[in-house]
Amino acid sequence: MQRNVKFVQGNEACVEAAVYAGLNFYAGYPITPSSEIAELLSGRLPAIGGKFIQMEDEIASMCAIIGASLTGNKVMTATSGPGFSLMQESLGYAIMAEIPCVIVNVMRGGPSTGIPTHGSQGDINQARWGTHGDHSILAFTASNHQDIFEMTVTAFNMAETYRTPVILLFDEVVAHMRERLVIPETGELPLVDRLRTSVREGIDYHPYLPREDGRLPMSDFGGVHRFNVTGLYHDMWGFPSSEPRVVHELIRHLFDKLENRVNHLARYKEFFLEDAEYVLVSYGSAARSALHVVKERRLRGERLGLLELQTLWPFPKEMIREKCANAKAVIVVELNLGQVLQLVKMAVNNPERVFLANRIDGVFITPIDIMNILRLIQGKGV
Amino acid sequence: MAINKYLRERFFPHLWCPGCGHGTVLNGMLRAVDKLGMSKNEIVMVSGIGCSARISGYVDFHTLHTIHGRALAFATGVKMSRPELNLIVPMGDGDALAIGGNHFIHAARRNIDITAIVMNNRIYGMTGGQYSPLSGQDIIATTAPYASIDPSFDVVELSRAAGATFIARTTTYHVKQIDDFIKQAILHEGFSVVEILTQCPTHFGRKNKQGSAVDMMKLYRDITTPIGSKAKQENPNLIERGIFVQEDKPEYCREYEKIIEKAMGS
Repeated sequence: MQRNVKFVQGNEACVEAAVYAGLNFYAGYPITPSSEIAELLSGRLPAIGGKFIQMEDEIASMCAIIGASLTGNKVMTATSGPGFSLMQESLGYAIMAEIPCVIVNVMRGGPSTGIPTHGSQGDINQARWGTHGDHSILAFTASNHQDIFEMTVTAFNMAETYRTPVILLFDEVVAHMRERLVIPETGELPLVDRLRTSVREGIDYHPYLPREDGRLPMSDFGGVHRFNVTGLYHDMWGFPSSEPRVVHELIRHLFDKLENRVNHLARYKEFFLEDAEYVLVSYGSAARSALHVVKERRLRGERLGLLELQTLWPFPKEMIREKCANAKAVIVVELNLGQVLQLVKMAVNNPERVFLANRIDGVFITPIDIMNILRLIQGKGV
Repeated sequence: MAINKYLRERFFPHLWCPGCGHGTVLNGMLRAVDKLGMSKNEIVMVSGIGCSARISGYVDFHTLHTIHGRALAFATGVKMSRPELNLIVPMGDGDALAIGGNHFIHAARRNIDITAIVMNNRIYGMTGGQYSPLSGQDIIATTAPYASIDPSFDVVELSRAAGATFIARTTTYHVKQIDDFIKQAILHEGFSVVEILTQCPTHFGRKNKQGSAVDMMKLYRDITTPIGSKAKQENPNLIERGIFVQEDKPEYCREYEKIIEKAMGS
């Protein structure tokens, strides 16, 4: 069979996947290193009858995709750190009002304007805690283009399944790197369509009354059911309420719908973990160097393994504890000051045996960087 | 009354203070919808945050009560994805032109077919009476105890400069004009702005010694005049009422349809 093979940037892999997943509305604002996503979709979407709009800022972009999602579209925006900061309030709105949408953050160095053209993984905690108030969030990442494709499709599927915003945390290195991508055939990857209500016209529809399985069937704006959507605490009609029972039930619902499914939502890859004495934990572009080290040391008989995280939030701590249970040491490889390191320390039985191999100078971490740290941990000197 | 069918009486009583002008605006808006004979299913009302924004909860349309200042950005997403729907966006003065000023000018610039209603009471009511970008100078507010020094925007001039293609202004005293202007604004294909001066006796009136709601409405009668009237020539301080701009220019969603045709053809 002739496969559809491309040689593309990571950002283009994300675009291909979004279109594959059924994206038909995109709103965005130019920002390095994510701009290629907007540029490509401005051409692709109208060609398939979809819509693209360049908004006046990232706040407006996030708001516009929420509005478009309510009319029944699969929607996305893409940005980088400064824009992602601006989106936090409306991200919280999408969480509260349970609007399916996908937000891509191609991470660059921060804080502030930082280092726009260089890679970083500094927004891991922002994705979790950036918007105010108690909440939960789904965030995925990927280290190569085939995985970018798969995780982007997964993000759209999860957004529909759980009626929630989903964040894709890619980084500048994978976003701008070019490599081979095989576009899956139609039907090869499962797609989740919007769950729409079966309640007929004239019968009271409750947009915020979960079914027994926890899912909330939607009705498109413009359809036969008219209802209210708000960022305030709200009852089953979507009408504002400050009744303690309503407030309590809603926040539990928003939190539990994801946090009760941590294992189910966990996506990860493992390499040589069965007998690994030293477990590297990594994600995104940094995992590429980590994998290189593992493969290379295995050839020399060293028992190294790699646990590559693809779900970052909710953080799969039970899975990590299990996978790291027999390790002499765990080394978290990431491009920040230890954001996932702290989470891994909290997850494992022996936090004092968890170490950090990182770079924070805008330069991509190399296998040699990781090797040097590994030798120190192994007591071999540099 | 005929307009009761557009209300969600389940969610009453409303939260507005006695004497608030917002109910008059709601009434006018619903009369306009009724006169146009529109189906409730084809109307989407999007609002932001504030006293004015609560209007969306009380009406039986598709309603989206969003975050402060961003109603037009949400509305743009709805309209762009379903151009056949009618978008009505009621906003307060702070909501529309302080925190939402950027979205306001860009929605006007695009000439996207949305009806923006600026319910201008010259104050932040919900938060307790702070001055807004439409308060103007020499106004007493909880954040201007010695009087405000900020000049105000002129909604009409701002909208005109930004590219709105239908612009009107009236007050809660002139109730007939409210539904007439809103009706015309909804019919207009393009970005429409209707500014309605609406009294806040609780916060603005009390602090600025303007008396009761009735006194404030009478003041609207006295300080406004039809566009180009003789009275305006004699007293330039009078605020003009009427339709300032009504012109046909390419509407954003229709222009995008052409882009789709072009993209599909190539």
